[in-house]
Amino acid sequence: MQALYAQLLVGLINGSFYALLSLGLAVIFGMLNIINFAHGAVYMMGAFVAYFLLNVAGIGYWPALIIAPIVVGIFGMILERTMLQWLSGLDHLYGLLLTFGMALIIQGVFQNYFGSSGLPYSIPDELKGGMNLGFMFLPIYRGWVVIFSLVVCIATWYLIEKTRLGANLRAATENPTLVRAFGINVPRMITLTYGLGVGLAALAGVLSAPINQVRPLMGADLIIVVFAVVVIGGMGSIMGSIITGFALGVIEGLTKYFYPEASNTVVFVLMVLVLLVKPTGLTGRAA
Amino acid sequence: MSALTDDTLPVTPRAIRDEMIVFIVMAALLASVPFTGIYPFFVMQALCFALLACAFNLLIGYGGLLSFGHAMFLGTAGYISAHALRVWGLPPELGIVAGTAGAAALGVVTGLIAIRRQGIYFSMITLALSQLLYFIYLQTPFTHGEDGIQGIPQGYLFGVFNLARPTVLYYVVLIGFLGGFLLIYRTINSPFGEVLKAIRENEPRAISLGYKTDQYKLVAYILSGTLAGFAGSLKVFVAQNASLTDVHWSMSGEIVLMTLVGGLGTVFGPVVGAFVIIAMQQYLAGFGQWVTVIQGVIFVACVLTFRRGVIGEIAHFFRRSL
Repeated sequence: MQALYAQLLVGLINGSFYALLSLGLAVIFGMLNIINFAHGAVYMMGAFVAYFLLNVAGIGYWPALIIAPIVVGIFGMILERTMLQWLSGLDHLYGLLLTFGMALIIQGVFQNYFGSSGLPYSIPDELKGGMNLGFMFLPIYRGWVVIFSLVVCIATWYLIEKTRLGANLRAATENPTLVRAFGINVPRMITLTYGLGVGLAALAGVLSAPINQVRPLMGADLIIVVFAVVVIGGMGSIMGSIITGFALGVIEGLTKYFYPEASNTVVFVLMVLVLLVKPTGLTGRAA
Repeated sequence: MSALTDDTLPVTPRAIRDEMIVFIVMAALLASVPFTGIYPFFVMQALCFALLACAFNLLIGYGGLLSFGHAMFLGTAGYISAHALRVWGLPPELGIVAGTAGAAALGVVTGLIAIRRQGIYFSMITLALSQLLYFIYLQTPFTHGEDGIQGIPQGYLFGVFNLARPTVLYYVVLIGFLGGFLLIYRTINSPFGEVLKAIRENEPRAISLGYKTDQYKLVAYILSGTLAGFAGSLKVFVAQNASLTDVHWSMSGEIVLMTLVGGLGTVFGPVVGAFVIIAMQQYLAGFGQWVTVIQGVIFVACVLTFRRGVIGEIAHFFRRSL
């Protein structure tokens, strides 16, 4: 039973990353109509920024949790201003191709300087050790990742669904021209949205640094799984992305316990099943 | 969504004549390669990728469907052909048939799933499906995991042509490429191809005209996958191995890149793009990971400034169909 709980916890952690990443993808897709293929690369950048902060500037985990998403978010906003904005009005597929190219560049540059092996990033002192819950041993850092991700996801959901800013954002998604007529700067909102989505990915990167090590290709395979998560959940609903992300992580964890050979493929197989039964995705509208 | 190919010219007799002239010139140039002292291995490899890119282009350029998983056909056909030749000891022609048939079957299965969504979702689904296959091939014993299937016997095609001789193999690959190319060319200029273009331009309208668009897209997908598999089977004889790199997502990306560089929705673009990218990899092999970076830069540059691709720009400049 211990092993089952341990795998469930791993599943929840992976689910946190799926949720944070697919949430960012959904937010970006809503505003920019672009599937951000560079999402895995910016996730990796988040982890690397945390690594640099610690090893070059001596800045630890807690400040990095705030600084890294901001730095990477600004980087994303620069990309949006200089490149992505020129794609508005073109076929969606060009956005996919452009961001795929950006991902190749970013990952290639990091691979050149850091190879493919992992760099260690230690768990902050406050979160070291573990707790005995009676039925299992819970490493504190892992529990922290799950709870903190959940809080961030809910906060993002609240921001978009319940605040005035979010209302403007959703209105601009539906009809940008009309929202501009109300005097709202929609292009700036688009840039900030991209920055937010990218920042969420970078945050996931910082969270994963102590668990998965810091590697240039840490996001490359992850992003494909997240695409499958997005196909399963549909990008129509923020809450849908969060729930699907966590749920798939847990299912993956269960698979690792009951049938480890399929743990790499279970998300893709589920995607196939969902497409056969409900092609629009679990929460999505037809796109 | 006409932005993918913003200036398609109508199919006129002049367009067909232009294209046939270019085709004959291309065939003649390729047929003379063994007499020029150019390393035939390089050209053979480029021809396999050119056919692969043409098959991919059939789907994106004429059907508007961007498959980000075309490496699965390349790799699957390669593995099946390699296994058939090496383990079952089949002759080359049956090895090719087995690989191509395997890709066709894969096309039917994945097509029925992927066709259910359009646009961006189609791309994500094909990518996810190819990643699923990647993990399956990583674990099944017959692919030999990271090592791949190596030392594949080339044998005698139809019991006569010795494929171990580079010149013979070159002409076999060339004939395979030209045959596949003509089949694609015929398809896009057939009534079927016209309906496909109509679906690309405006699917709801095609539906309202009574076309069962899902069936058209499925047939185009299967045809594209089958031809991509044929290219993969030919490649087995050139490279004499079948490995995981052929199923990896980065290979799917390279196929997209070749077609984008040459020109989406142009007849000859994918061929030019394949030669450009393969040549680039050959000459920059010493630069390690920078090749990936350069590929990324080409992607970005193409999308931002050069969306028609090499052949597309030439065709646009001369107002010809190429």
